[in-house]
Amino acid sequence: MQTALTNRLEGPSFYALAGIGALISLLGLGAALYMETSGHHVTGMNNQVFWGLPHVFAIFLIVAASGVLNVASIGTVFGKKAYKSRGPLSGLLAITMLAAGLFVIMLDLGRADRLVIAMTHVNWTSVFGWNMVLYPVFFGLVGLYVWMLMDRKMYAYSKPVGVAAFIWRLVMTTGTGSIFGFVVARQAYHSAVIAPMFIIMSFAWGLAAFLLFQSAMYKWHGAELHESIRKRLNGLLGVFIAAVFYFVLVYHLTNIYYAKQTDFEQFILLSGGIFPQLFWGGFVVLGTIVPLLLLFVPSMQRSAGAGTAAALLTIVGGLCFLYVFIIGGQAYPLDMFPGMEVKSTFFDGHIDNYVPSMPEILLSVGGFGVAFLLTLIAVRVLPFMPQDDIAKLQASGALHD
Amino acid sequence: MSQPQDKSRRNFVGTAAVAGAGLGTLALAPGLHLIQVSEANTPSQGASGKVRWGMLIDTTKCASGCDACVKACNTENGINETLKDARQGSQWIRKIDLKNPKTGQEHSLPMLCQHCAHPPCVDVCPTGASMKRADGIVLVDRHTCIGCRYCMLACPYKARSLVHLPLTNQNPEVPRGQGCVESCTFCVQRVDKGLKPACVESCPEGAMLFGDLNDPASEIAQRIANEKTTQVRGDLKLNLGVRYQGI
Repeated sequence: MQTALTNRLEGPSFYALAGIGALISLLGLGAALYMETSGHHVTGMNNQVFWGLPHVFAIFLIVAASGVLNVASIGTVFGKKAYKSRGPLSGLLAITMLAAGLFVIMLDLGRADRLVIAMTHVNWTSVFGWNMVLYPVFFGLVGLYVWMLMDRKMYAYSKPVGVAAFIWRLVMTTGTGSIFGFVVARQAYHSAVIAPMFIIMSFAWGLAAFLLFQSAMYKWHGAELHESIRKRLNGLLGVFIAAVFYFVLVYHLTNIYYAKQTDFEQFILLSGGIFPQLFWGGFVVLGTIVPLLLLFVPSMQRSAGAGTAAALLTIVGGLCFLYVFIIGGQAYPLDMFPGMEVKSTFFDGHIDNYVPSMPEILLSVGGFGVAFLLTLIAVRVLPFMPQDDIAKLQASGALHD
Repeated sequence: MSQPQDKSRRNFVGTAAVAGAGLGTLALAPGLHLIQVSEANTPSQGASGKVRWGMLIDTTKCASGCDACVKACNTENGINETLKDARQGSQWIRKIDLKNPKTGQEHSLPMLCQHCAHPPCVDVCPTGASMKRADGIVLVDRHTCIGCRYCMLACPYKARSLVHLPLTNQNPEVPRGQGCVESCTFCVQRVDKGLKPACVESCPEGAMLFGDLNDPASEIAQRIANEKTTQVRGDLKLNLGVRYQGI
């Protein structure tokens, strides 16, 4: 039987949480305004590392936004009943996280005031240009999808719209990966494996974000996730984390295989200071090994908090990976004259020591604040709380398929 | 859901709707202003597709420690701002010193936008602000550059700079803008008047030769046809407008 849940997210507790979300968002907005009026010299970015911490957070949010929709797709497109009640929350998070990612990346532009120009002057050979179609259509499709999922009269149409949204999200993340994959100039990028790697990363990061927000919602409602559903979601997260590790392994092994890239790999994996530290400590240990242990070692997986902790660590690992990938990829100098020692007044041949400034940190974290605030308001307004009819699911065998 | 909760939700939605409408009204004003800015852009005219401007740099004549070309470029293009962090300053042209660690052989050369025939910066620019003129000169339209820096990621030569701070005392012929990306223009304002780029004119050793690569009778075309020249990162097959000798 489905039991009515009491929403504790009302009155003071809602406004307190919304206040925190709004404060973090406003601090990010203020930081962006400061950067916009002063110029980017107030950031730690420069003409070698020109995509800094805001890009790390923005790209994380954009990639995870696409992946978080998977939960809805598994229910609607692939017919897994245990996921169906999670579809609306999944779609909501996809919209709010993409909005938050765009909030950060747009406000980090040198000319953030020229957003209209970005929308009216599109160069179709640019992957960034494609985004002018990819993102708005994603918003539209997912919005429509959430409506179909939440309105009983429209539910019959949810499958075709769900299929379209699923395909579109794959195209969108292929685009995000291709931003780097098509860049021929740099050792870190220009690889066909980057687009599929970003897709599998979106699966893991999106599901991790979903599990975190879902666990918060269950707490607010004083409810507990049924063990069989918890195990199922945790198991899926574990598979995605392992798949991400496989793709990252292939990406680095491919680079190591090319003799001209080995110096770069030596730098990023061993000698590059903060970058190997974040790669091994942040991505491999905290973001991969520990979550896999939490999710698959029987004594650990029984703990109710193991999935939430694993999800949190997956997000930390994802941010560490992107920091190494984006910042490390720029910090390593361009190899214009192979085999030569290079120096110049523009720091050719030098490894850049980028350190993010406070405005960048505030803008980056502000993105998480925006995602949280938008989602919080939406779950206050509409019934997004996933509710499972366990007896019905068990009777249909849905918890065992 | 119980009745009181529904009422609470309705009240909340009502308040949120009023607040949203207020914010929406505020957002309209800057939007209208932006549309006016974008419509103010007019396309450039006059470059001929029969010409392809190029440069040949003889590194055997280029002295280490000499930066006459850099100074001339900065003067001509009004690059005069000083930043605490030198990495944030614009450098349209810079001197690079090379040393072969095995042989000890040394070279010095100016590095600038290579004015590729297939420029990656133009491919990746989301708004088309990065563009190649009919005569091969790669430029940035200051009116449509949004400062996304994707072109800087795509450029194999580190030839582009973001303007990191507000600018004063600009050369009216060379508009620059805070938050926009910029790079060497081959001194297009001079070339269009039949003059050579400032760096070429300033080189005390005559190491830089400027001319039309498409004109078989031009000195630059003849030297490229008859002498060994190098394209930096020739492996990328970008067909560069700038060629080097001696490296």
